Amino acid sequence: MISFFYLGIILFLAGAIASLIFNQRANGFAYILTSTGAVCFAIFGVLLLSSPPVSILSISTTPILEFVFRGDTISGFFILVISVVTFSVSIYSIGYTKGMANKGILGFLLSIFIISMYAVVLSGNIITFLISWETMSIVSYFLVVFDTQEKSAKAGFIYGLMTHVGVVFIIVLFLILYKYTGHMDFAGIKAAAGNLPDAVKTIIFIFAIIGFGTKAGIVPLHTWLPEAHPAAPSNISSLMSGVMIKVGIYGILRIVVDILGVGPEWWGTAIIIIGAVTSVLGIMYATVERDIKRLLAYCSVENIGIILLGIGTSMVLASNGLYKLSAIAMTAGLYHTLNHAVYKGLLFLSAGSLVHSTHTKNLEEMGGLIKLMPYTAFFFLIGSVSICALPFFNGFVSEWLTYQSLLSNFQAMSATAKVAAPLGGAALAFSGALAVACFVKAFGIPFLGLPRSHHATGAKESSLPMLVGMAILALLCLVLGIFPGHTIKLFSPAVSSLAGIEYVFPSGKGVIHLSKTAADLSPLAILVAMIAIFMAAVVLIRIIGGKSKTSYRDSWDCGISSLTPRMQYTATAHTNPFRRIFEKVYLPIRNVNSIYILKPLFLKSISYTNEIVPSFDKYLYNPITDFIYSISRKVKLLQSGSIHLYLGYILITLLLLLLFWF
Amino acid sequence: MEYLQFLIIIIFSPLVQGIIKKLKANCQGRVGASILQPYYDLIRLFKKEMVFSRVTSWIFRVTPFIVFISTIVAAMMIPVITTKSSFSLMGDVIALIYILALGRFFLALAALDAGTSFGGEGSSREMIVSILVEPMLMLCIFTVAITAGSTNIAMIAEPQSFVLSPSHVLALLAFLIAIIADTGRVPVDNPDTHLELTMIHEGMILEYSGRYLALIEWSHYIKQMILFTLFVDMFVPLGIAHDTEMTGLIMSSGVYLLKMLFLAGFMAIVESTRAKVRVFQIPSIVGGSFVLAVLALLTLIMVGK
Repeated sequence: MISFFYLGIILFLAGAIASLIFNQRANGFAYILTSTGAVCFAIFGVLLLSSPPVSILSISTTPILEFVFRGDTISGFFILVISVVTFSVSIYSIGYTKGMANKGILGFLLSIFIISMYAVVLSGNIITFLISWETMSIVSYFLVVFDTQEKSAKAGFIYGLMTHVGVVFIIVLFLILYKYTGHMDFAGIKAAAGNLPDAVKTIIFIFAIIGFGTKAGIVPLHTWLPEAHPAAPSNISSLMSGVMIKVGIYGILRIVVDILGVGPEWWGTAIIIIGAVTSVLGIMYATVERDIKRLLAYCSVENIGIILLGIGTSMVLASNGLYKLSAIAMTAGLYHTLNHAVYKGLLFLSAGSLVHSTHTKNLEEMGGLIKLMPYTAFFFLIGSVSICALPFFNGFVSEWLTYQSLLSNFQAMSATAKVAAPLGGAALAFSGALAVACFVKAFGIPFLGLPRSHHATGAKESSLPMLVGMAILALLCLVLGIFPGHTIKLFSPAVSSLAGIEYVFPSGKGVIHLSKTAADLSPLAILVAMIAIFMAAVVLIRIIGGKSKTSYRDSWDCGISSLTPRMQYTATAHTNPFRRIFEKVYLPIRNVNSIYILKPLFLKSISYTNEIVPSFDKYLYNPITDFIYSISRKVKLLQSGSIHLYLGYILITLLLLLLFWF
Repeated sequence: MEYLQFLIIIIFSPLVQGIIKKLKANCQGRVGASILQPYYDLIRLFKKEMVFSRVTSWIFRVTPFIVFISTIVAAMMIPVITTKSSFSLMGDVIALIYILALGRFFLALAALDAGTSFGGEGSSREMIVSILVEPMLMLCIFTVAITAGSTNIAMIAEPQSFVLSPSHVLALLAFLIAIIADTGRVPVDNPDTHLELTMIHEGMILEYSGRYLALIEWSHYIKQMILFTLFVDMFVPLGIAHDTEMTGLIMSSGVYLLKMLFLAGFMAIVESTRAKVRVFQIPSIVGGSFVLAVLALLTLIMVGK
């Protein structure tokens, strides 16, 4: 089993070195190495899921600096999630990086990035975890700023800043854990964690939410996602959004659920509320976005919210001693984690194809691409249907499970939890409906209708490796949607160890059956019924209507000469009702500029601008940055650049030291 | 026998539409078309030639089938005259809402396919109505499901008392408004108009003709009847049979017919006495009923029934 781990690591390192050596030539070879490495790790993950915790590797240099890698079922699940997306991204990258400048360095960084994510989820002690975590953050920073032509410097700055604010909380949290338990090793900490005072546990819980939540992208710590994801090359966005933010979820699960264990009920309720707010606000901003990659980034925020709804519910139920229901809720959370990795990976890859081929990220400049890029359109559609949680794709099953667990939350004791859960369900319904609206726009505007600019008319279908990369994930969306029973069985050991009970998920023959609420779900049966009805419908139509007659004409244009692409609904127009109805949330800035020949009747021109600055930036982050800037400006006065003044500082310092030392 | 109860919805849904239209005409002092008119319309459409826009893609062609199929699957999941339904293992009431959303998603996409502004307008407005209605629908469903202890529709339709609990009354009112909004009726949408500025559902399907239009229209009737049936299953299940015994089924069919007639009458009265509101006033109507749904849930938590 461990040989798969070593083999995987060797392949990734070989891939990293190969892409540096070959640089501009034969970079496909390096990506074949990494995709093989991903297969090895996927096998390793599956084996970990079905085995007791194993110690993989421990290198001790000095007593403090000891690297320990250990795997258990939870790491196994996350390794599987990482590997699935990595495999497809590697294949996609063979085609995507063709003709790209510095692709050798990109390939190198990509391999190191993936290794660091594996290292985080396999870390067995504090030092290993922190070093891997920092490596992951720094390498991903370089990947964000990789594309020098983009305005990625600012994005990189925001990302670097946020991620380091997060890591401060993580470091402090580990220091507290070390101080109170006296252990560096996670196993030791977990054993001693039961004796922690409640106040300390609460502080650790809050710090974990802030620290790991920054990486996962919970509102209001999500601001780096819509900056960093669009700036990075698309294969990287796919990994960052599909996988890296899940490592944040891993952190929350490892520290809060695994190490701290069952906490007071308000922890879970707090996570439910955070999840509800995150999902609603994330998708609201996604809906009005015009940049396709920013849209997807905001959508990731939404899905992190949905994952947290599952995890939070699981914690509330565990606090009430309802372990079986808690396990179902945890299943929902983990299933959604896996699903989101798959369909968000797919959506970012197909958005990458779009951007690669049209050279624009602006939805308003696309249109009619379903004819020029039929396969990409098909894969994007599958991703959209999955993310909208429509049957019978994968998002449907996990959202359904989340609904069920939120409803079962009604059996919790306190009124807060009873109220929070159904309102969390309403938030989930609201964000689900908004997701449909968002992806009707995200698919309909670029792919359907008439081309809106020369960017869209000159588009070409992506190369074969890119299509294969997308096809794998699209197929997984379907498989994970139709066979939920098998999927849950695969990762149920991770659920068991998180929920603290030996749990066998009740499912068989493709049906999920929740005995507590007598609810069933069988996507397979729905699919079979749909196929049967389709055949019946075709026959019926033939009987009633006879042979079909069709003809092709122009679209209905009210009798004017002909429709132009400018008459179509734009992405902005499509979501305009949302902006107006939820004005209080978006606070849009509208400017109408009229230039008159003669006031007030003879207009020369009208210009109209509409912009939405997210309230978090405006009211939370901008004041903070302004404050920091103003302090730095004052501090700058000290640094006049004059050598005499600096010598003076040294003299004063020396004098002060002499005065107080002796 | 219980396997075939969904056929009742499929076969009689145009009739319900015809009855609503007839009653509406009578309310307005007109004679109105025969209650069988929707059937004649469907058959005529099935026989007609189809005209496609040159701009459209395969999305436009698969959408009528997806809408039709998903609506029928939803119809299969719901108990009509008996709660002994073997198709219930396909999914519960939450799954039913999501299956209906599948059809809506594709319809909104197909509306954008022809590249006209009417389509875009319809698609955009349909989405805004759906995001306002869906959370409310879910809250009503939660209220009922928590009381029944299950999201399985057959179990929700189990109780036989005629007395509604306070939370159910509130949820019932909210659900009625949800039905009006979701079936595209006045005051949210006007099903009888092709006036550009007011249409929502009609705007989306403007480019459809012939048998594809027939499929979409029929699905629309079926969906309306599904929502009616869901309403009676959730709030007034009294009279529904619990087994497949023949006399029980006949009794249950009679009761079901009465309930449908009552709802059809309600819709006709609402449509005749209300005016269609502007698109941007829809939130205030639906928002009011959202508050009702939240109150229903809070009542359930505080009062316990």
